Amino acid sequence: MTLYLMCFFLFLVGVYGAITKRDLIKIILAIGIMGYSVNLFLVLIAYRSGALAPILKEGISVPMVDPIPQALVLTSIVIELGITALMAALAIRIYEKYDTLDITKIRRLKG
Amino acid sequence: MILSQFIFVPLAAAFLIALIARKKENFAAVICMIASLWLFVNSIIAFFRLPEFGGMIMKTTSGWKIPFTIPFVLDNLSAFMLIIISLIGVISAFYALQYIKHFTGKWNFFSLFMLMFTGMNGVVLTGDFFNLYVFMEISLISAYSLVAFGTESEELEAAFKYATMGAITSTMILFGIGILYSFTSTLNMAQVGEIVQQSANKKVIFLVFGLFITGFGLKAALVPFHAWLPDAHPSAPAPISAMLSGVLIKTLGVYTIVRVFFNVFGAPQVVLTILMLLAVLSIVIGGFLSIVQWDFKRMLGFSSVSQIGYVVLGFAIGTPLGILGGVLHLFYHSIFKSLLFLNSGAVEYATGERDIRKLGGLSKDLPITSSTTMVGTLSISGIPPFNGFFSKLIIIIACFQAGNPILGFIAAAVSIVTLAYYLKVQKHAFYGKKKAKQILEKVPFTLKAAMIILAVLCLATSIILIPSIREATVQPIVDTVVNKTQYIDKIIPYLGSI
Repeated sequence: MTLYLMCFFLFLVGVYGAITKRDLIKIILAIGIMGYSVNLFLVLIAYRSGALAPILKEGISVPMVDPIPQALVLTSIVIELGITALMAALAIRIYEKYDTLDITKIRRLKG
Repeated sequence: MILSQFIFVPLAAAFLIALIARKKENFAAVICMIASLWLFVNSIIAFFRLPEFGGMIMKTTSGWKIPFTIPFVLDNLSAFMLIIISLIGVISAFYALQYIKHFTGKWNFFSLFMLMFTGMNGVVLTGDFFNLYVFMEISLISAYSLVAFGTESEELEAAFKYATMGAITSTMILFGIGILYSFTSTLNMAQVGEIVQQSANKKVIFLVFGLFITGFGLKAALVPFHAWLPDAHPSAPAPISAMLSGVLIKTLGVYTIVRVFFNVFGAPQVVLTILMLLAVLSIVIGGFLSIVQWDFKRMLGFSSVSQIGYVVLGFAIGTPLGILGGVLHLFYHSIFKSLLFLNSGAVEYATGERDIRKLGGLSKDLPITSSTTMVGTLSISGIPPFNGFFSKLIIIIACFQAGNPILGFIAAAVSIVTLAYYLKVQKHAFYGKKKAKQILEKVPFTLKAAMIILAVLCLATSIILIPSIREATVQPIVDTVVNKTQYIDKIIPYLGSI
């Protein structure tokens, strides 16, 4: 249970960072932290203490860890990589246009 | 009926364009048109052949049984969404042929366009929660890049805003999916639904509801999650604005809300109440914020917030009549909002100006754009016999019938507000005094043709309301949504062991 709570705390750290930070790079990092906490959560779901890797073989009766969340984590890591790369590229282009990474100064859109 | 073609064809087209058309840019347009026409024809065939298969086609990949594989499920609602996606998609692609002449890297545009298509078709077809997340990310990543396509400072800013909010809420959706998996040990939608509806102790499900309402609510741009839409949709090139406002927010937002909360979780009352509240907030706030806008496309963006509120309100009432109104308004709004965005694109193409205060007397110079905008205006503000009138009327009647007269009054009142701000555009941009600003360029043929087709559809789709046609087309969709266990019951027999 403590692990789950710490994992949720990490998620909240990410949300806090994404909401309060003013630097584009820090926002990207905060979104990354949110992603890591969810990945950690998925791995925690699958984890059984003392269990084996899920490879079926004759005569094994020990519990095995659940392989599906591990597959999900792999996929979601790739997706997060794509999003982080795209957002970093956008941040670079924004820096070229505005000469700043501070979101309080990047305000040409109104309303 | 091969279901994977709806994902395979646009995906292959996207990669073909990236491979071949990098040097020869005309190929990109040709491949994109062929692929989207193919999808349009096949989605119509799929919709009308569906009754032969008993209202649902299910295909699993590589011959495995359901819990061990990802199924593609085509039922009436999915087939209907496929038609909307490919109808608006083919018209936007046709419009884009000449519209994006001035941009560099045209093949990028068409490649990303087809990727967005892939993602949306996948979201509509999949029967698996994690697969839904993956396809959603595919279409969202291409949407972020398309919003930034012009690479001007405002566009980059809007794209970053959209990407930040989209990434946060996508993570929340993944978190919700993780909780669901730990609760039910399966990712298949039908099986999750069965286990959740039968389990006695399901307090944890409310956390999932909260995460999903936040996640899908942001994709649908419901107030208070709407802040990205008025920036992102106007910043994109006009055909993409039409795709985003016409289809993307409905596929990733409304469709997923309906599928997840109505078909899987069986429309719990608490969710319906929350959705109703969010919908009314969207209608009112979106409507009143539109009045003060002077940028043509930005006003259309706020108007989308308001109109998506009507769609969700129809579904959230939960009665068959309300859902009929929601389904119809979803379809009609995708047509007339795409039309209006294409109109704003044509005005921008011809005059280079989006601020309606600086325009004036365009009805003489741009007769076709002006008259199609008038059709769009009359449709969206609900003037008979245009289609918007009927769907709004059905939603308002459903409000009264369900014992919520206040909601009905609000919906009717904001409809008048809608007319007011669209007439403002008419008065300042198309009629009134002619400003010094002259026409820089003529509106090319494909732009005109796309706008005329959509304007005709605004009028022609009203015939769905004729009872015999309604019975054959819209009624099965409404039944799919109203009947809380139909989706689950039809898939459960396919369950098997290894």
